[in-house]
Amino acid sequence: MFRRLPESEEVTVRFSIDGRSVTARAGETVAAALLATGVVSCRTTPVGGQKRAPYCMMGVCFECLVTIDGIGNRQACLVPVSEGMAVRSQHGARAIADEPLAEGAR
Amino acid sequence: MKQPGTVGALDERYDLAVIGAGPAGLSAAAEAAEAGLSVLLLDENGAPGGQIYRGISGMPAKRRAILGADFVRGDAVVERFERSAASYARHATVWSLAPDGPKGFEIGVSLAGAARHIHAREVVAATGAHERPFPIPGWTLPGVMTAGAAQIALKASALVPAGRVIVAGCGPLLFLVTAQLLAAGADIVAVLDTAERGNWRRALPHLPDFLRSPYLAKGLRLMLKARRAHFAAGVTTLRAEADADGNLSRIVYGQDGRETTLSCETLLLHQGVVPNINLANAVGCEQDWDEAGLCFVPRTDAWMQTSIPGLSIPGDGAGIRGAEAATLGGTLAALGALCRLGRLTAEERDRRATPIRAEFERYSAGRAFLDALYRPPKAFRVPEVAETIVCRCEEVTAGEIREAVAGGVTGPNQLKIFLRCGMGPCQGRQCSLTVTELIADARGSDAATVGSYHQRPPFKPVTLGELAALPTTPAAVKAVVR
Repeated sequence: MFRRLPESEEVTVRFSIDGRSVTARAGETVAAALLATGVVSCRTTPVGGQKRAPYCMMGVCFECLVTIDGIGNRQACLVPVSEGMAVRSQHGARAIADEPLAEGAR
Repeated sequence: MKQPGTVGALDERYDLAVIGAGPAGLSAAAEAAEAGLSVLLLDENGAPGGQIYRGISGMPAKRRAILGADFVRGDAVVERFERSAASYARHATVWSLAPDGPKGFEIGVSLAGAARHIHAREVVAATGAHERPFPIPGWTLPGVMTAGAAQIALKASALVPAGRVIVAGCGPLLFLVTAQLLAAGADIVAVLDTAERGNWRRALPHLPDFLRSPYLAKGLRLMLKARRAHFAAGVTTLRAEADADGNLSRIVYGQDGRETTLSCETLLLHQGVVPNINLANAVGCEQDWDEAGLCFVPRTDAWMQTSIPGLSIPGDGAGIRGAEAATLGGTLAALGALCRLGRLTAEERDRRATPIRAEFERYSAGRAFLDALYRPPKAFRVPEVAETIVCRCEEVTAGEIREAVAGGVTGPNQLKIFLRCGMGPCQGRQCSLTVTELIADARGSDAATVGSYHQRPPFKPVTLGELAALPTTPAAVKAVVR
């Protein structure tokens, strides 16, 4: 859980976490926006279903993996949040049946 | 400064490609561009500065005041780069790098959802440092993060942990982050110092005439006392425990044979920083075990050049020396590259390097003292509790690794085959050092003999779609079509 220090000239953007509409400060990363919004855990692991959360905030630990605009396993600490972005938490291992097939592969 | 935003906007060839926009990368890029080279700086983040000067461009004065005087020294480094003619690709990922004959190096880059190969005659890989793994029971729980992570959240997003915060570990950064978080109004209820009490004695032979860190720690104690926070030195065990929801709710630490439980919402861990060597290792740079720093470092010469001609690693990526030394090291790496490319004679290179090298040596000199004073204790590097997770990605425990070694596993690469240890998304970044030291301990060997994981490209994730969309070369077509 994090809170924001009040600063002047804040530009906010609106995005969604698991369908819930929230705001973030323009320019910050998805991981920072999740922490500021009170998201405690962003995924459960594929191996043991353990809850995990952002750990290093600099792209080396790969704990903050989330699905962003349909693309899975994005590093939330490296992706800047943007207006209308759809962020989804990830739960366990993905089933192949869940994967959208490209048109030509159907 | 030009800012290509897509792979299509990149040139096919550059004289110099720089990877990483921390102080070493910024100064190398600026120095080379000022000398007339075509330079491309590639960086994962959205603004120059690296982790040490994260978010410095346009940062409000209030946040600067919290971060302190050393932080704003980054302004000059960033501004010099921004004035140069170098190209700067932000949010770019470098996922492969390989020598490619007379063209120099082939570099795999992803930018804005598309991948491409480009070429550079020289490469400066300023990959910097990351925090040393801190494997304790419960370190994977939501609510536990590194002290550096909290500092990045503060620098880049003006975020402060809410609720009760406990800071644990050792090293100058631990105290700096604590002071910054206190200044930002965080409720730090305890600082748990894990440094061994005998470290002072071992550090003294390295003591230069003046050192700031002890004074910082002393000042911190006063700050904490004023807030009635708890400062515990000589902490020998630590574990994090969860509530029924599986989130961090308390920690238990041992000191002088007694255990104490404290409730908290956030636990910040830190026991020093180590070079981020994944790229260097994957490319095949020779590396050595540094017993003082307890880490592997790529072998470099006086111009920061690795064992691979034309590939240089200045800054913390080739040994921890700090931001000032990194800035100077980046300049030295650029001078070396300029000479190899025939833009400077050896005499001119040496003449320009002399004052920079003197400064570089001066900033590097204090390192032995810091390494000795803040040497993380073995109990926190080589987990004693069997259930402690070592490889966070594949959830491999210390007990499983010891069992595998007892069964005959001799090194980290064989361990991958038995346990998938180090084969998850982080590619060993969070467990490599622990695995090496754990195997060494279990075998009665040493880290230098045990060695490290061999990394392979792609050393950052790239989607199959991006790879499939890469232009095919005639050689690639010939390889698969009969």
